Amino acid sequence: MPEDMITSKNLSFSYTKDSAIHFPDLTIQQGEHCLLLGQSGSGKTTLLHLLGGLLRNYSGSMQVQQQELSELSESILDRFRGKNIGFIFQKNHLISALTVEKNLLLAPYLAGEPVNGERIISLLQRLGIESKRTSSVTKISQGQAQRVAIARAVLNKPSIILADEPTSALDDKSCEQVINLLMEVASEHKASLIIATHDQRLKDKIKKQVLL
Amino acid sequence: MSLLSLVWNYLKAKPLNTVLNILLLALGIAVITILLLFNNQLQENISKNGRGIDLVVGAKGSPLQLILCNIFHVDFPTGNIKLNEAERIAKNRLVKQAIPLALGDSYLSYRIVGTNAEYASLYKMELQEGSWWKKNLDVTIGSNVASIGKLKVGDQFASAHGMVEGGHAHEEQKFVVSGIMKPSGSVLDNLILTNVESVWIMHEEHGEGEEADHHHDNEEHRAQDSTFLPSRLVHTVAASDSTHEITSMLIEYRSPMGAVQMPRFVNSQSNLQAASPAFETARLFSILGVGVDILMGFAYILIVISGLSIFIALYNSLKERRYDLAIMRSMGASRFKIVLTILTEGVFLTALGSLAGILLGHSVLVILGTFVEETQKAGVSGLVFYTEEWILLAGSLLLGLLCALIPAIQAYRTDISKVLAGN
Repeated sequence: MPEDMITSKNLSFSYTKDSAIHFPDLTIQQGEHCLLLGQSGSGKTTLLHLLGGLLRNYSGSMQVQQQELSELSESILDRFRGKNIGFIFQKNHLISALTVEKNLLLAPYLAGEPVNGERIISLLQRLGIESKRTSSVTKISQGQAQRVAIARAVLNKPSIILADEPTSALDDKSCEQVINLLMEVASEHKASLIIATHDQRLKDKIKKQVLL
Repeated sequence: MSLLSLVWNYLKAKPLNTVLNILLLALGIAVITILLLFNNQLQENISKNGRGIDLVVGAKGSPLQLILCNIFHVDFPTGNIKLNEAERIAKNRLVKQAIPLALGDSYLSYRIVGTNAEYASLYKMELQEGSWWKKNLDVTIGSNVASIGKLKVGDQFASAHGMVEGGHAHEEQKFVVSGIMKPSGSVLDNLILTNVESVWIMHEEHGEGEEADHHHDNEEHRAQDSTFLPSRLVHTVAASDSTHEITSMLIEYRSPMGAVQMPRFVNSQSNLQAASPAFETARLFSILGVGVDILMGFAYILIVISGLSIFIALYNSLKERRYDLAIMRSMGASRFKIVLTILTEGVFLTALGSLAGILLGHSVLVILGTFVEETQKAGVSGLVFYTEEWILLAGSLLLGLLCALIPAIQAYRTDISKVLAGN
């Protein structure tokens, strides 16, 4: 039986004293994909940041791999994030000063993981952007950049991939490509893919959906 | 990917900014390096040139001029003193060694110095080739005179009166190069040494008619006269000789008592004055020091401006890079790693700047030394390194750290969630 990757109970978070966002209880198993749906402002990004350990002062319980995140110290949480979680954002947010390859090399360096050059090349091949390896990230297309971001997110073989509106800036065709690619790559790495989105086009792709 | 290559890529992404910052710092550091090299080498040379000389005795005038003229050979003589008066000083029991100097002529603005062998041994000069001067009008020349004046052993040349090139030339009598001294880094590299008599010959011949033979007469005198007592300064003339003159006398004391008594003793003679090289050069440096201080101040202002420029560059790029830094945190980078990146960027910039500056400073002096004779004459080289340069380097790194501190603290405090959420 696959173990629970993520469990949350009575989770709530408040940016200010007066208002708190309450989240429904979550249970996501290893390799299971999940869609977080909701209008903008409903707390999708907040929940994603809580899952990724970017926000910590929550009340209730938020466990990832049986670890209560609020109990981890900040530096351990940083390492935990580098090792287990891959982030993908709406805008791809690559480091513009670096080439495609160096953007990927950054992931193991920042996470303190060993560098595997062959894996970078095979990932780039898998995503069909091997020819752009030494290009500056400012000189590749939006779709290509999103692929680099996907490659960067899965490079350290995380068990969870958190994607924040990965498709909302893309046209239908690219959207289809990116979501398919994301799901394929996540499955190949046996990672749980959690997508926060209000993009209706994704509804048919992932069965497990949580409405915020 | 490593810390340095990440920082290097960031700097490379903004080449103009990076070059400007490095250039600003490099200019400041270069000015300081040049001043440092110049000042240190000048002081070393001055103390080297003055070593073993406790007192200079010459004609009345400015004591500083006496020192500049007779030790460093950059100023004009204050006048002449009578040989027999100098002799009286030299005989004093407090005097260990007295070396006569007779100045007046030059060749290609290199001074011809009439003296004795003790002058060369005072500076521990060695021969490169040929021999020391023996006969009248024989000269032994310094290494710079040989290389720049293009003189070889056996060459003949006519001296010019005074220190200016193309002054009234003594065409009738020519000097013969008998030897060339090894480079020593002292003022003797720029001098033409001969005996005192040769300088007299040069000046007597266009003086009072028969005087040219005067010298000859003296030697005959000595042969005939059994009571002839040779001068300890110039052996061919009598100690009591009142007709001959020299320019000055360099004195080394027998005991520290000399420093107390000798200057007063000399100054009490109506025609003589004594000047202490140590005292006068200290005075000279305190005068020159003002100019050096102003230049130094200017260099420090350049460095402060470059520091400010680096600070602004880091601060601005931090604003643009807030997203980058947040992304890096989301990829597992600790706060510490982010802070380290920014601090390294500051230190990297100033390290490059100061290294470039030190290199520039040395290159400027090397180029000056190659193309400007005066630098060579002053004995200033661009290929000497001082420990102070390490301090300069360390100070620059500290400056980089300081400039990066505020941006680094800001990066440390950044709320990554907020930045990523786009608020």
